[in-house]
Amino acid sequence: MKKLTLPLSMEERRGLRAGEGVLLSGTVYTARDAAHKRLHEMILNGEELPFDLHEACIYYVGPTPATQGRPIGSAGPTTSSRMDPYTPELIHHGLRYMIGKGRRSEEVKEAIRQYDAIYFVTVGGAGALLSHCVKKRRMVAFEDLLAEAVTELYVEDFPCYVGIDRYGNDIYDEE
Amino acid sequence: MGKIREIDVSELIPLIRNACREMAMEYGCDIRDAIRQARETENERARSILDLLLQNAEIATSEQIPICQDTGMIIAFASVGQDVHFTGGSFQQALQEGVRQGYHDFALRASVVADPLYDRINTKDNTPAVIHTEITEGDKVQISLMAKGFGSENKSAVAMLTPADGEKGVIRFVLDTVKKAGPNACPPFIIGVGIGGTFEACALLSKKALLRPLQEKNSDVRYAALEDRLLQEVNALGIGPQGLHGVTTALKVQIEQMPTHIAGMPCAVNICCHVCRHAKVVI
Ligand code: SF4
Repeated sequence: MKKLTLPLSMEERRGLRAGEGVLLSGTVYTARDAAHKRLHEMILNGEELPFDLHEACIYYVGPTPATQGRPIGSAGPTTSSRMDPYTPELIHHGLRYMIGKGRRSEEVKEAIRQYDAIYFVTVGGAGALLSHCVKKRRMVAFEDLLAEAVTELYVEDFPCYVGIDRYGNDIYDEE
Repeated sequence: MGKIREIDVSELIPLIRNACREMAMEYGCDIRDAIRQARETENERARSILDLLLQNAEIATSEQIPICQDTGMIIAFASVGQDVHFTGGSFQQALQEGVRQGYHDFALRASVVADPLYDRINTKDNTPAVIHTEITEGDKVQISLMAKGFGSENKSAVAMLTPADGEKGVIRFVLDTVKKAGPNACPPFIIGVGIGGTFEACALLSKKALLRPLQEKNSDVRYAALEDRLLQEVNALGIGPQGLHGVTTALKVQIEQMPTHIAGMPCAVNICCHVCRHAKVVI
């Protein structure tokens, strides 16, 4: 599998093809349903977002609580399509990478093409293994949302596949 | 008539608490075996995904990290012997207390909201569990528990088929439901199918079907043959592990059937992801 460090260069992004396996390292933000709703409302109200979306990566995950000095509990992907209504707006505001599972809407695909973004998919039901790739975790916002809070993760060699590349090719549509 | 057996409901609490841990952290041996077998016939990417699931299971057990972060909603099927007399409080509340302690003490994710439509506020302890109770003969209490993730629960369905739909109708409905489930429900699946009864009874059957160990077939040879056929057809869809293509869309199809009305043939499909968690508590 190809090793990549976030944020990617434009060349790296253009070189990725749907279906390719990669190991991602770098900073990613956790956000799922409730956090997306709040980010959307903040954008609507012209408020400053709790983290910089520029070139950012969001991982759709709601982990179990951390135990025994670990940075995080079980941390596998949740279904990405529930975030579809909010995603084009976030991409427009700088988001470039997403990690989740399952198909995305045409609108998300279009935004990915337009902004050279990448959608990665990882393995559902492998949260124990994926938690090993998380080296550090920091609370960023919406602590009241518990598992759904926005946190910053530093990940190393996080296993993914390119789900939708910047040309709009989709791993789920492969022949 | 049997002698009345007294059971203090507080006996239940630690058993339920530990079952919650066991379900979250221990992958069933039958699932492990089925995945090992499936990997032999898979393409390279699908095989590496299945290997990753096996590795994940190892880590979960050895380090006591939940197999999946969606540690599910608890469903309890309780059979209570008619010669049992519960003492020391409410049976239902003791069950809920066991779940509460299990989710709290083992740092499992609280994933239940109190109101489904309006407030949707997290109850913070994963209660209430959904409890189904039946009265049986004897003086034992048996509780089958499931911790059901909603990635797959969301993709389940009931159809009021007609007698004329026959076996073909069942096959078509199962395949349609699996196609709609696709990658979102975390294949490879275990597919519970309930046939017969009424609207709600067939749904319950399809869930109970998920409790059966994977190596066991339906005891009626016709239904056992249909289980095999459905598995073949489901796997021929090519969805594969995680929906990333392959021949392992499901590990097993399990059917349960029961009598029904002359005018109907209810059919339910309860999709379960590969993290098919269940445990049994007996007192
Ligand atoms: S569907 Fe199953 S494996 Fe997938 S996230 Fe939910 S519980 Fe985990």
